[in-house]
Amino acid sequence: MLHIVACIKQVPDSREIRIDPKTNTLIRQGVPAIVNFYDLHGLEEALRIKDEYGARVTVVTMGPPSADKALKLCVSMGADEGVLISDRAFAGADTLATSYVVALAVEKAAQEWGPVDIVFCGKQTLDGDTGQVGPGVACRLDYDQLTYVEKVEHLDEAKKEIIVHRHLEDGVERVKAKLPVLITALAELNKPRRAGLPGVLKAGRYQPVVWTTNDFPDIDRSKIGLKGSPTIVGKTWVPEPKKVETQMLTAESTAVLAEQLIDSLYATELPAKLGWA
Amino acid sequence: MAEERFDAIVVGAGPAGSAAAYTMASGGLKVALIERGEFPGAKNVFGGVLYRKQLEELIPEWWKEAPIERQIIEQRMWILGKESAVTFSHRNEKYKEPPNCFTGLRVKFDQWLAGKAEKAGAVPIYETVVTELIHQNGKVVGVRTDRENGDLYGDIVILADGVNSLLGKSLGVHKEWAPDEVSLAVKEIIALPKEKIQDRFNLDDNEGCTIEFIGDTFGMAGLGFIYTNQDTISLGVGVMVNDLKKKKIKPYEVLDSIKQHPSIRRLIQGGEVKEYSGHLIPEGGFTSMPPLSGDGWMICGDAAQMVNAVHREGTNLAIASGKIAGEIAIKAHQAGDYSIRALGEYDRSVKSSFIHNDLKKYRGIHGLFKEMNSDTLFGSLPQALNDAAYEWLLVDGVFKKEKQRKAVRTLKSAAGGNMELLRLGLKGWRAING
Ligand SMILES: Cc1cc2nc3c(=O)[nH]c(=O)nc-3n(C[C@H](O)[C@H](O)[C@H](O)COP(=O)(O)OP(=O)(O)OC[C@H]3O[C@@H](n4cnc5c(N)ncnc54)[C@H](O)[C@@H]3O)c2cc1C
Repeated sequence: MLHIVACIKQVPDSREIRIDPKTNTLIRQGVPAIVNFYDLHGLEEALRIKDEYGARVTVVTMGPPSADKALKLCVSMGADEGVLISDRAFAGADTLATSYVVALAVEKAAQEWGPVDIVFCGKQTLDGDTGQVGPGVACRLDYDQLTYVEKVEHLDEAKKEIIVHRHLEDGVERVKAKLPVLITALAELNKPRRAGLPGVLKAGRYQPVVWTTNDFPDIDRSKIGLKGSPTIVGKTWVPEPKKVETQMLTAESTAVLAEQLIDSLYATELPAKLGWA
Repeated sequence: MAEERFDAIVVGAGPAGSAAAYTMASGGLKVALIERGEFPGAKNVFGGVLYRKQLEELIPEWWKEAPIERQIIEQRMWILGKESAVTFSHRNEKYKEPPNCFTGLRVKFDQWLAGKAEKAGAVPIYETVVTELIHQNGKVVGVRTDRENGDLYGDIVILADGVNSLLGKSLGVHKEWAPDEVSLAVKEIIALPKEKIQDRFNLDDNEGCTIEFIGDTFGMAGLGFIYTNQDTISLGVGVMVNDLKKKKIKPYEVLDSIKQHPSIRRLIQGGEVKEYSGHLIPEGGFTSMPPLSGDGWMICGDAAQMVNAVHREGTNLAIASGKIAGEIAIKAHQAGDYSIRALGEYDRSVKSSFIHNDLKKYRGIHGLFKEMNSDTLFGSLPQALNDAAYEWLLVDGVFKKEKQRKAVRTLKSAAGGNMELLRLGLKGWRAING
């Protein structure tokens, strides 16, 4: 049976984030945590493959103990197992250290539940925005990496081949690759499902598997956590809000107002830029 | 359909539902706790004051672990005039040990209480709406949810779905609201530095203070509140829906105008509004309470109108009713009888509890408001009282005797004459003395 690993991260809900005007840092306190939504598209694709071909889907996340909520959500949607990689020693990891640990976890998942055929990651996270962890994991595992995937066209289970569409800046690339591969998901890939009631019941009682540093006997401690993270944040700042000119339109009816709005929009460079003109 | 059967299904993870789920799960029942919010408390609104007593009977010393804001040692009552206030208050160190009540925020509190139920073994089913009850042979045997394969079966269904109980309506025990049975409340949470709050309200550390006020609500039946949290203030006002309709005033307009009142403006000055919310409060009280149980079901909390509006008690009635329903469910489970015969015990228990008795005491209030002109009760009378107080305390050489006469006259004319003032006094007395 196919074995698919979906990597997810719990992130602060960016719709609710505010910035402390005094310290210029993110106020994380009290901000609800959600599953990074690109990751959910990756999980959904894994579940679709499971529905069609039969597969075992393992979800892994590195994070604090409270991230078990995110794993439960994945199990409610249909994942078979959720693994929480959690240890104080992992805290403070940048993308390099994170990809090291996640790659180890994928290897361990292969030992526990069978060889891995596909790893799904999101395109990037909402809080870090780097898009580096997926490719990092692929490099470390020596898998082919298929980034920015907007469609899985075909999976050949016997030949162990997959055809996907990668959305690039100047077009779409249709790629055939040999498994195992690592895919990073775009939002266009699919629409994540809402769990059915049986799934929610299962998740309500589910306890995720927890792996700490002790579960990785060969781990190189210099490569994890803050110590294993060479990234230095030089400076962060809040961009000044841009002043824009505002023009108020008034008219006797909404129809006339709409006309006016379209006319004034077409008087700008916007339509040309967007290719509407 | 979900294969699994439950001993009990609870709809709504507010204080009533979580208390019921906690009671039953602790008693060994297999319980499902269904909540439509993303998590319990996500969208729930109250003033809010939490009371020690009723929850303590369920979870001893609960306030030591629960997310509470401040322990209330002072309660104030204000009667507002246009730019004045007559105030009463009581502050007492005795409220510290044992504590009497606390301020809290539902987002945190509901999540905590539901978490207790989960830890006791209740299975959480959140972000899930119960769309209808499933009936078989005239009995309630389960619920239908908005999820795929969303039918869930259980021996007992406990409805704790709040003031607008759609499920209660579907059972026919909860009729559509009459506009004079419900008030609409709006509330802001205003952030202020902790020290400012403590200075402005005369508090130390975790001490808290509540203010309730009437008057200055455009002559509509309404009650406003200000509660101190750790580093926020809850400010809100609830107004009878029929008055809002009559005067064509929006509730937030009332709140905006109240924020300008000289007694209030200074308390919230410099604060940043963090949250704005609205919610209904059932005001019908005793007279609108429905039958509380039937074959396969019981109803608790707001869904059963259990709010004591005079004392702004609701969560404690909800918790107490949830606990009683949970205990009856455990008995019914042991006896294997889920008919109205077994569950009717719930009605009887509630009847002998403070819920029934307190609500009964105030059953006349609803009628009083209905009969009386809100303009008088909440407009001219509070203003007259303020005017009288002004006259009385003003040192202007007028003889005290004349002053007293004038003060009484002001009140009399606001009530519409001697007889009216007397009648109002009597009615009011009767309304609050059952
Ligand atoms: C402005 C305001 C101020 C108040 N101040 C106080 C105060 O200071 N002190 C006090 O003790 N009380 C106060 N109350 C009253 C108190 O909030 C209520 O009495 C109490 O919350 C009732 O609890 P409950 O569990 O019955 O209902 P709720 O707290 O309303 O809980 C009902 C739950 O059911 C869920 N639900 C509803 N329908 C469905 C469905 N179909 N499927 C799934 N889930 C569903 C809802 O999401 C909600 O979580 C106040 C109320 C308001 C509005």
